[in-house]
Amino acid sequence: MKKEGEIRIPSGCAIAAVISKEKKNISGDLIIKSMVPMHDRSNGLGGGFAGYGIYPEYKDFYAMHLFFNNRDSRKACEVFIKEYFEIVKSEIIPTRKLPSITDEPVIWRYFLHPMRSMMLSLQLDEKSFVARAVMKINTELDGAYVFSSGKNMGTFKAVGYPEDVGRFYRLEEYEGYSWTAHGRYPTNTPGWWGGAHPFSLLDYSVVHNGEISSYDANRRFIEMYGYKCTLQTDTEVITYILDYLIRVKGLTLKEAANVIAAPFWSTIKNEKDRRESEVHAYLRKIFPSLLITGPFSIVLGFEGGIMALNDRLKLRSMVVGEKLDRVYIASEEVAIKAMDKSVEDIWSPAGGQPVIVCVEEGQK
Amino acid sequence: MTIDAKKLNYRTLNEKLRCVDEECTITSCMGQRFIASGMSNKSITIEGIPGNALGSYFNGGTITVHGNAQDAVGDTMNDGTIIIHGNIGDAAGYAMRGGKIYVKGNAGYRAGIHMKAYKEKVPLMIIGGRAGSFLGEYQSGGVIVVLDLKRKEKKCVGFFPCTGMHGGKMFLRSRCEDVVFPSQVVKRNATDEDKMELRGYLKEYCDLFALDLDEILSSEFTVVTPDSKNPYRQMYVAN
Amino acid sequence: MSIDFISPEYDVIRNEDRCTKCRICVQQCANGVHFFDEKRNVLISDETKCVNCQRCVSFCPVRALKIVKNPNGLKANFNWCSDSINEIFKQASSGGVLLSSMGNPKKFPVYFDRILINASQVTNPPIDPLREPMETKVFLGKKPSEIERDRDGKIKCKLEPQIELSMPVMFSAMSFGSISYNAHAALAKAASELGILYNTGEGGLHEDFYVYGKNTIVQVASGRFGVHEDYLEAGAAIEIKMGQGAKPGIGGHLPGMKVVGEISRTRMIPEGSDAISPAPHHDIYSIEDLRQLVFSLKEATGYKKPIIVKVAAVHNIAAIASGIARSGADIIAIDGFRGGTGAAPTRIRDNVGIPVELALASVDQHLRDEGIRNNISLVVGGSIRSSADVVKAIALGADAVYIATAALIAMGCHLCRSCQSGRCNWGIATQRPELVARLDPEVAKTRLVNLMTAWRHEIKEMMGGMGINSIEALKGNRLMLRGIGLSEKELEILGISHAGE
Repeated sequence: MKKEGEIRIPSGCAIAAVISKEKKNISGDLIIKSMVPMHDRSNGLGGGFAGYGIYPEYKDFYAMHLFFNNRDSRKACEVFIKEYFEIVKSEIIPTRKLPSITDEPVIWRYFLHPMRSMMLSLQLDEKSFVARAVMKINTELDGAYVFSSGKNMGTFKAVGYPEDVGRFYRLEEYEGYSWTAHGRYPTNTPGWWGGAHPFSLLDYSVVHNGEISSYDANRRFIEMYGYKCTLQTDTEVITYILDYLIRVKGLTLKEAANVIAAPFWSTIKNEKDRRESEVHAYLRKIFPSLLITGPFSIVLGFEGGIMALNDRLKLRSMVVGEKLDRVYIASEEVAIKAMDKSVEDIWSPAGGQPVIVCVEEGQK
Repeated sequence: MTIDAKKLNYRTLNEKLRCVDEECTITSCMGQRFIASGMSNKSITIEGIPGNALGSYFNGGTITVHGNAQDAVGDTMNDGTIIIHGNIGDAAGYAMRGGKIYVKGNAGYRAGIHMKAYKEKVPLMIIGGRAGSFLGEYQSGGVIVVLDLKRKEKKCVGFFPCTGMHGGKMFLRSRCEDVVFPSQVVKRNATDEDKMELRGYLKEYCDLFALDLDEILSSEFTVVTPDSKNPYRQMYVAN
Repeated sequence: MSIDFISPEYDVIRNEDRCTKCRICVQQCANGVHFFDEKRNVLISDETKCVNCQRCVSFCPVRALKIVKNPNGLKANFNWCSDSINEIFKQASSGGVLLSSMGNPKKFPVYFDRILINASQVTNPPIDPLREPMETKVFLGKKPSEIERDRDGKIKCKLEPQIELSMPVMFSAMSFGSISYNAHAALAKAASELGILYNTGEGGLHEDFYVYGKNTIVQVASGRFGVHEDYLEAGAAIEIKMGQGAKPGIGGHLPGMKVVGEISRTRMIPEGSDAISPAPHHDIYSIEDLRQLVFSLKEATGYKKPIIVKVAAVHNIAAIASGIARSGADIIAIDGFRGGTGAAPTRIRDNVGIPVELALASVDQHLRDEGIRNNISLVVGGSIRSSADVVKAIALGADAVYIATAALIAMGCHLCRSCQSGRCNWGIATQRPELVARLDPEVAKTRLVNLMTAWRHEIKEMMGGMGINSIEALKGNRLMLRGIGLSEKELEILGISHAGE
C-alpha cells in the first residue's frame, strides 16, 4: 500500500473550535470534550488540535513541532535546523501512554529564532524564511516532519480518535485563547501521524471537513509559488492557498474567503453594492484556479483569531454559537453543547459566508 | 510643439503624440519603437533615431525623420507619408496598403514585401539609393521605385528581387542587365508612357529632397511586373 | 484508358426503380458527376469526379442514390497501400505537390480517446446541473502578479484586457476566402448569440461583419491581408498567426480561383492570383521580434485588446510557448496536427507536428514549472470533436478550446476534404455565388447555436458528475483524468495516472 503523500487521500471528518474574544485562557480540556459526541464522524485514523496563546513564555520564538522516525533522523534534522535557526529551547513533547495510541514516533518541539545572516543572504522576510525551511525539512529530510511552526501556538496530532489524541498530548495542561480540533475519517490510508489534522504552516492551521473536487486544479496552481503538496490532502492545499492569499498577496480574510468560495457570477452581477460586486468579480477573474469546489467546511486558526467558512453551495454542516466572550464552531450542534450546554441561538452560516472572529487586539 | 523624448519610453511618447493635433517635433529620439503606430492625421518630425516599426499601421499625415530609421518602417501602413532623410533598415513598408514612403538613402532587405493595392489605394515607395535583397517579395500591388542616385559600382538591388511578386509594379533606374529576376515576372525597358507615370510619382519626392526630376527621368529605367501568363501556382495536384 | 488512370475512389449507385429523373442531382453537383443523356433518356454518372460530399444523396427526393467505396482496387498490400500507389501515379503524371484539405485523416493515436473522466461516488457528491448552479464562464487574458490597493486600502480592480466567454469554446480561424461570406456570417451571428468569439482568419473582415466586433477575433498573418487600423479596432482581440496545425512551418495558400470579387477587395490582391502567406512573418525571425509585433499591435490599439499568438504544435512546443508567454502576448493558441485547413500539402498535413493533447499537457506543465502559467491563457485546437474532448482539454490545463471542423460540420460540411477545389456543394468552402447561396446563414447560425448549447449542457453534466460547479475548478485538474492503454511515457507527458490507479 502506498504511503501518505504518494497518493491522494480523500477524507471525511469532524471539526470544532472555540475562541475567547477577550483573549481569556481556555483549557485544552474543553476542546477535547467537544469531540467526544462526534466520535462517529471519525474512524480512529487521525485526530488533532491546535491551540493559540499556549506558549506565552516563548511567544517571540517560532515553536516548531516535529515527528522523527528515530534518533538518527532527529540528529540529522537538528544539524539542518542549526544552520537556519538559533535553538532557544528543545524538548520532548510530554505525552501520556494510552492503549489506544500506539506506534508513536519521536515527538519534539523547538523554540527557534531565525538566523539573521541566513535570512539576509536568501533575501527573504522572516515568515517566508521559516516557511521555506519547513518545506525543505518536509520534502528533503528523510524521517523528519514539521507539523507545527507558528509563534505562541502549537498543533498536536496523532493516529487515533481525537479525544484520545487530546489526552495523549495532555492538552488539559495547556491554556490558550483559541482552540481548533479535528477528527479524521480517511478512506484509504492506514493513517500516518503527519497526515492527521490540523494542517499548519507558520501560525495558520486548518481543520477541514469534506472532499473538494477542485483539488488538482488548486494544487497545480499553488505549487507554482514555492509550495509543495507532499501529503496530497485537501487540508494541506487549503492551508497553502490561505497562506498565499493572506500572507503573500496581502488579502484580508474576507477577500481570501471570496476567492476560495467565490460567489456565483449570477450573484455577483446582482449585488446591490457596486463596489462589492466589482471586487468580487475582480478576485474571481484574477484567481480562477484558487476557487475551491466540492463540499468543505473549514476553520482557519491564526494569531489572534479564527475564520470559519463553508463551500459556496454549503454541502457540509457547520454551526456557530456564542456565549459571553466565547464563540464556538463545530460540525454538529452537540459538540458546542458539550463545551457549554447553556449556549443558545446556535446558527449556521450561509455557504461562502466567512465567520471571522478576532480577539480584541488581534484584529486583522 | 516639441516633445523631448530623452527620458520617455515608447508608450508615454505615443500617449503624448496622440494628444497633439498641431505639428510636432520629437527631439533626442533614441530608439523608441512604434512611434505614431496606428495614428491618423499627424504631422511629426523626428530628430534622432526612431526605433523599429516607426509608423506601423499609420493611417494618415506625415512623419519626417532627419536621419536614419531602423527596421519595419511603415509596417502595414494604410495612408499618409513617411519621409526618411537617411537610410532605412529591413522589411520597410511590410504589407503597405496605402500611403507613401520616401527614402533618400538606401533600403535594407525585403523592402516593400507584401505590398498590396486595391483600386484607388495604391501605395508608393521610393528609394533614392540602393535596395537590399528580396526587394518587393510577394508584392501584390503598389509601386516601388529604386533610383540608385549615387550610382557606384554596385547593383541597384541585391539578390532575388520580386520573389513571389504577383501584382503591382516596380521601376528601377538601371538597365538591370546584371540583375536576375524570377521567371514569373517580366522585365522591360521603360517606355515614354511608363516615364509619364513615373514623373507623377517622382514629382513630390524630387521637391522634398531638392532633386532634378528631369535629369533623373533622362536615365534608362527598367519596369518589372508579374507575368500573367506564368503565375506562381504551377505546382499542385489535388489529392 | 491510360497509364495515368486511377480507378475512381467511389461508385455512384443509382436505384433505377426509385429514380424519377427529376435531375436534382445534376443541379446539385458542382463537380459535374451527374448528367442527363437526352437521347437515351437516362441519368449517367461520371464517378471519377465524385468527392463523396453526399450532397446528391442528401437532396435526392426519392433516396435513389448511394455513394459507396469502389470495390475495384489494387492488390492488397499493407506496405504499398492503394493511397501510396495512387499518389505516386498522380505525381508521376503531373509533377505536382499533393494538395489536400481538412485535417490529418491518418491512423495516429487519438489521445482524447485514451483518456477517461472521473465522477464522484460517496466521498463527495455529484451535482445535478439542471437544478444547481453550474458555471462555464471563463475570462482569457493575463492575470496581474500583484494586488494593488489605494490609500484607503481598497483593491484597485485593474486588469489587462480580457476576453469573456460564456463557455470555454471559440470558433477558430477560417478566412473569408477559404470559406464563404455566408459561412462567415453564420459564425459571426452564432458567436454573438452564444456570447463567445469567432475568428476572422487571415483574409481580413468584410465591413458587413464589423457589427459583430465584440465577438470577433481579428487575425494578423504574415501576408497581413486586410489589416488596417479599422480592422484592428473592430475586433475584441487580435490574433497573430505564426502557424497552423495542419501545416506547421509553411504558410497559408488560397488558390487563385477563390480570389474573386470581395475576396480580392478585402485582401487587396489581384483577382485570380493566389493569396500567399509565407511561412514566416518577415519581420519575425526570432522571439524578440515577436515581442515587437505584439507591442506594435498593442500600441496601435491602445492596449485595449488582448493579443493571441497562435502556433502549431511542434516538437519543442513547450519551450516555444514559454517564449511566447514572455513576449507580452496575453493568450497562446496551440493548434494540433489534426487541425483542419482549406488547403495544405498532403505530406505536410499528414507528417508534420504533434497531437494537441500531448502539446497541451507539456506546455501547461512547462509554464507551471516556470511559474508563468498565470501570465498567459492557453487555448487549444486541432480536432476537438465533442464536449468530452472539451472537458478533457480543460482538465489537462487549457483555458478554452478552438473548434472549426466541428463548426463546419454543424453548418453542413460532410468532410469530403476537397475544399481546395473551391466547388463546395454545401456552400461553405467556395466563392461561387450559386454555391454560396446554398448556405442560409440563419439556418447555419441556428445549427451552430444548437451544437454549442448541447455541448454546454453536456459539459455541465460531466462537471456535475465530478462534483465541480465551476469550470475554473476543472482547469488543469488532471486528477479527474485517467489514461487507458497508454504507456508510462505517454502517461508521464499527459501528467495523468492510468485507469485503476
